[in-house]
Amino acid sequence: MDDRRAARAAAKRRRARRGAATATVSTVLAVVLVVWLVGSTPGWPDVRETFFSWEAFRTSFPDVLSGFWLDVKLFVIVELCVLVLGLVVALVRTTRSPALFPLRAFAAAYVDVFRGIPVILLVYLVGFGVPALAFEGAPSDPVLLGGIALTVSYTAYVAEVYRAGIDSVHASQRQAALAVGLTEGQALRFVILPQAVRRVVPPLLNDFISLQKDVALVAILGPLEAFRVAQIEAASTFNYTPLLAAALLYLCVTIPMARLVDVVQRRSRAA
Amino acid sequence: MSAVIEVRGVTKAYGDKPVLRGIDLAVHEHQAVALIGASGSGKSTLLRCIDLLDEIDDGDVLLDGEVVTDPSVRPDRVRRRLGMVFQGYNLFPHLTVLENVVLAPVRAHRRDREEARAHALELLDRFGLADRAGDRPDRLSGGQQQRVAIVRALATRPRALLLDEVTSALDPELVGEVLALVRDLKADGMTMLLATHEMSFAAEVADEICFLHEGLIVERGAPEQLFEAPEREETRRFLRRLLDAKRL
Repeated sequence: MDDRRAARAAAKRRRARRGAATATVSTVLAVVLVVWLVGSTPGWPDVRETFFSWEAFRTSFPDVLSGFWLDVKLFVIVELCVLVLGLVVALVRTTRSPALFPLRAFAAAYVDVFRGIPVILLVYLVGFGVPALAFEGAPSDPVLLGGIALTVSYTAYVAEVYRAGIDSVHASQRQAALAVGLTEGQALRFVILPQAVRRVVPPLLNDFISLQKDVALVAILGPLEAFRVAQIEAASTFNYTPLLAAALLYLCVTIPMARLVDVVQRRSRAA
Repeated sequence: MSAVIEVRGVTKAYGDKPVLRGIDLAVHEHQAVALIGASGSGKSTLLRCIDLLDEIDDGDVLLDGEVVTDPSVRPDRVRRRLGMVFQGYNLFPHLTVLENVVLAPVRAHRRDREEARAHALELLDRFGLADRAGDRPDRLSGGQQQRVAIVRALATRPRALLLDEVTSALDPELVGEVLALVRDLKADGMTMLLATHEMSFAAEVADEICFLHEGLIVERGAPEQLFEAPEREETRRFLRRLLDAKRL
């Protein structure tokens, strides 16, 4: 009896060891194969020089990094605005009162329109269109205009994420809340929203990963953020390595965010 | 003396399907009235209409002599005076047991938080739930959840309790603990209107039984009279079907 249990445990250990060994070997083989394939292409020596130049990386990195701080500031501020405004739009869309129909229709149209326009186009339209209106106090700072364009676009996405969360809370919860004597507003605030928000944290964080990359679109308006700096460096030296430096910086924020999504998702599944 | 709950000629239809076809009913102070009848006979709808969770088409519902189904009456003010317990418990899953119980007294009744907590703990303790006060509802058995739901309804010190088939979703071995609680409340003199499938329980706890059939109360009376000597053919048929299914 004990023998058999020991034998079974040994077999399990052997299987696990064999699995790990197989994974290691196949990964090494795959990497070697890719390196060899890429290295053997006729253009590789040129590509290595123009995209993977250590020298160009070293000289351009400090400038790209200082440009990247602008990206970080921009997406932190835009994220906060989007979190609040998205919730406002979602709440407007879930109201029932007939008196609020115009607001509701406006919110629905807003989501349809701004979710349906490519972000890059919106950055152009806001960035060049708003200053052209030339009204008193029209913003002209390209960072601000780009931030507005991103906020407008992402608010539409995030509003839908919130709304899906609100809809996912079962109607019996609202009824129980009303039955104990809460008003509609209190039922929303104390019973429905807390449950809805908990459920939508993973999809919200996913949208923020895209936002962290899309801040680079503000470059088309001219501010010196990471992508723009890298572009300028690349154009003046005929070496594309600065773009790679910029890409690495974006990964430095998006990959931790992706791991955070995994953690949150795992925790909410466990709860 | 006027009734705590009075229902006068209430009708209600979902689309063109009538569910309540003229209900008259009164529940007096310290009285328990049981609604029995087949699924779809209108028991739940009647309770929901009294708690203003569904809107009636015609008739009146009165609470302590005041017409509450008038459109000028704010429904949340009415619901604060009644306690409703649902078949599916409907506890708030993101709140602890204690928070579930305290929410309405603090937010809807604007009671002092400490006082509301003390009252909630006292109620939970009385019904053997004190050690679960800090738990989330999903850690509790169905019977415990339903008892918490009843405590939640009691915490607002309601004029009357509306109980909508509070044992129908429970495993058979958990039904007893919930019925024992309701029995306790009856002994305390709580005014109650309950829809139920538990006939022996209805017979024991109710002062009056109303048999609903297709949206009408076709027969009503004291339990011994209605169960022992029903006058209407529909009542006899309903009771016979339960007897055949060994539910009586």
